[in-house]
Amino acid sequence: MLTFYRRLYPFKSIFHWLNHDSTPTRRFTHREFAFTLPGDVYLRHNSFNSADDLKKQVCQLNPTRFEIGPVYSARPRDKKTVRPSAFFPIQRELVFDIDMTDYDQIRMCCSGAGICKRCWGFIAAAVRVLDHGLRDQFGYERLLWVYSGRRGIHLWISDPEAMELTDEQRRVLVDWMGVVFGSEASGKRLNVRSGASKMLPPSLRAAVSSLSPIFVSLILMDQDCFRSEKGYEALLQMIPDTNTVDALKKKWAVNPEKSSEDKWQDFKQLVKKSNHRQMLSNAMEDVVLQYTYPRLDVEVTKHRNHLLKAPFCVHPKTGRVCVPVDSEKIDDFDPEKVPSVGQLIAELDALGRSEVDVGGEPQADWEKTSLKPYVDMMDQLALRLMNETRKEKRDISL
Amino acid sequence: MFKAREKAHKEIQILSTSNQEVSTFQHRLNFYDHPPTYDVTLEEFEISALDRLRILAEIESSAARNRTWEELKEFVQQMCRRYLPLSYNSAKEDEKHDRSAERKKDHLGHFVLRLAFCRSEDLRRRFVKAETTLFKIRYNTEVIDARREFLNSRNFNWEQVDKEEKEKYSSELRSLHLPNATSKEEIEHFEKNACFYKVRWTRVPDLVMKRSVLLKSGWAYVPESEQASIILKEFETHLEKAMEVTARALPRFDEDTRLLPILDHLSKGFVAGVSTEWDTAYGSSDDNIKAEMIDNLARQHFPMCMRTLHENLRRDSHLRHQGRLHYGLFLKVLGLSIDEAIIFWKKAFNKMTDDKFNKEYKYNIRHSYGLEGKRANYPAKSCVRLLTCGPSEPGCPYRQFSPENLSTALLQLYSNQGLTSADVSEVMAIVKAGSYHVACTRVFELTHRRCDVKAGEGIGNGESVTHPNQYAARSIELEGAGAAGRMVIG
Repeated sequence: MLTFYRRLYPFKSIFHWLNHDSTPTRRFTHREFAFTLPGDVYLRHNSFNSADDLKKQVCQLNPTRFEIGPVYSARPRDKKTVRPSAFFPIQRELVFDIDMTDYDQIRMCCSGAGICKRCWGFIAAAVRVLDHGLRDQFGYERLLWVYSGRRGIHLWISDPEAMELTDEQRRVLVDWMGVVFGSEASGKRLNVRSGASKMLPPSLRAAVSSLSPIFVSLILMDQDCFRSEKGYEALLQMIPDTNTVDALKKKWAVNPEKSSEDKWQDFKQLVKKSNHRQMLSNAMEDVVLQYTYPRLDVEVTKHRNHLLKAPFCVHPKTGRVCVPVDSEKIDDFDPEKVPSVGQLIAELDALGRSEVDVGGEPQADWEKTSLKPYVDMMDQLALRLMNETRKEKRDISL
Repeated sequence: MFKAREKAHKEIQILSTSNQEVSTFQHRLNFYDHPPTYDVTLEEFEISALDRLRILAEIESSAARNRTWEELKEFVQQMCRRYLPLSYNSAKEDEKHDRSAERKKDHLGHFVLRLAFCRSEDLRRRFVKAETTLFKIRYNTEVIDARREFLNSRNFNWEQVDKEEKEKYSSELRSLHLPNATSKEEIEHFEKNACFYKVRWTRVPDLVMKRSVLLKSGWAYVPESEQASIILKEFETHLEKAMEVTARALPRFDEDTRLLPILDHLSKGFVAGVSTEWDTAYGSSDDNIKAEMIDNLARQHFPMCMRTLHENLRRDSHLRHQGRLHYGLFLKVLGLSIDEAIIFWKKAFNKMTDDKFNKEYKYNIRHSYGLEGKRANYPAKSCVRLLTCGPSEPGCPYRQFSPENLSTALLQLYSNQGLTSADVSEVMAIVKAGSYHVACTRVFELTHRRCDVKAGEGIGNGESVTHPNQYAARSIELEGAGAAGRMVIG
């Protein structure tokens, strides 16, 4: 682990990404870091002057992981000496957390801590909707998706406007984006339609149309969610018309092992014939949303002072590195192919000791391992952020 | 040269502000951009503020009373007519003088209250909320022409959506704002006349939360009908910022001995008139309560909620977290010092090792005294808080106990203070009607008969119990008076 921090962890990239600048600003020096040490020791309110400072401390403590918090109005390490009223969060990336556990009721392949390529479909669908929604509706562009090391994914948004949002505004944004919330979801009908028309708002309509094909391939074919009795009972609960429900029940009682696809077809047929067509096709949209729309952990997003695991940390259970993920290629991402610490260290060893020692600066060792593409991804984003800051500075000085 | 021009520009600005000040009164609606620069008498200063305060306090208590928006509007308008009339621009010519006087009073009152309420974050928040509500009511009742004039008088920094852009998002806009349109004329009318304003989404959080606007790249397309949302939010943020500025400037005010007492009085008026923050200042006068006195005090002076907690503590030598918190804060406000509190709790938890107590409980006690963590001076929980807490928390016994348990408990706890079973059935009837604090007040009256408290008198002047500490403090006070009286006679 120590070797990982000493030779592989890209402190410089993290620094640039958080700081938006090459010389330390408040965005870095007033930033809270929290360390988790072995034995559940938790150290909060640390802050550092520079990337080297951070590295030194990390190497000294050798934490199992560390988390990044908001930029405060004063240095977090001085918290005890400043007045409480003068110590409050001022900036923070807008963060989202999607966790597989929220999908347990509709996930057929694994449960609990397990994750496989198939479950990733849910995450991929969520990422696609969220990524598109935030870019299109809110105009955010500096998005960094980070694999959480096991069964979830984090999103960090570094756009200046997003950094400045208050808790209140973050709550509003979550309300806008969120439809299905965590584990409370199953059984409850969605409440997303307003007004007498019961139409979906445009943003959700767009989401439904992009999710529909995923619904077919993921829910009906791959996961086969409605094959079991429990599975199709949940579906029936979401249908508001008792006639339809009874008809479907009768049909499926005879042949309960029908595939989800066939069952969905049955439902579709009935909808076409029913005289509550509008209501039922709305219900179909709701089902699509319920099963594939991103399930957000809202508390993480709502509060600026919520800590979130830093990118490139190692998940203690799986040993995998929390690497950035390209949202464009989200479908190809395979959580099982993410490099683990053991693997990376082995790669280092294979390089041969002599070569590294001669190389001098051990910092750039990640370049020689399979961590490189991921670090490059973060560097690219950091570079864009730094360019923007530079431009802004130039504009001011002009 | 550049500097000179800048200076000239500034002067123009100053000039125009003074012009604007006159024009502030052109409209009934007011964003209160500029503080009063005119002379006012001390009397005007106080009266304008007091009258406004009456209205704001009413607005605040309306939320607690569950008034609907319509009721509130009606009520506030009535109050406004009485205390703070503001006539319309369309009013007759001969009333013009009154009109500017009225508006001046409105303006002045607002700024005086700003001074009074800028001191704590809590007061600021409540003031802004009440003022925004008042503004909303006025905005809603304003004549349309005057409203438009007012809107034109200010730059709200919105961008009218041009035709091209509207066409681009036409289908989305229509599905949001004209969902049931079927006829062609309706659609055409919409395309031609509907007017949209573009603002950053953060300026209309209420609309975003309801998903009732179109959002593109962070811009919200607000229809004309929802324009009020932008304006109200603007008013709110504007006032919030202004209040913070005022708060920072307030220390410079300290020397004015004429105004400070008025401001102090005003800010208290809001608090006392609206909610029941039972401050230490009002609490028992002496800080000399010792840990060993509490048994005695509890038996004689505590309201049922705290009495129950005390009995439970004695019975089990333990209280769960919420109970400790409620009871601890109550004792703190009653006048138990931190050292005595630690002695009290340590003795009370007599089944526990010192080590465990120090490790697991001491911190919380110190925390509630504002000596740990964020160091806040937590107030004791009020009746409202105890009445509304969940069933797992020890709250108001009148509400939480089953009728059988309650009547037994009442007799058990208060019979030595002269509560009879006939009294209990009277109290039970009140409880059944759901008036828990009235029941508590009645018990107070019944158990203080020997101090000459009569029915309906409550805890003095007919007030009912709104805070456990108020109950205890009054009870202690009555006994003190009684004892003094007897001494005189003796």
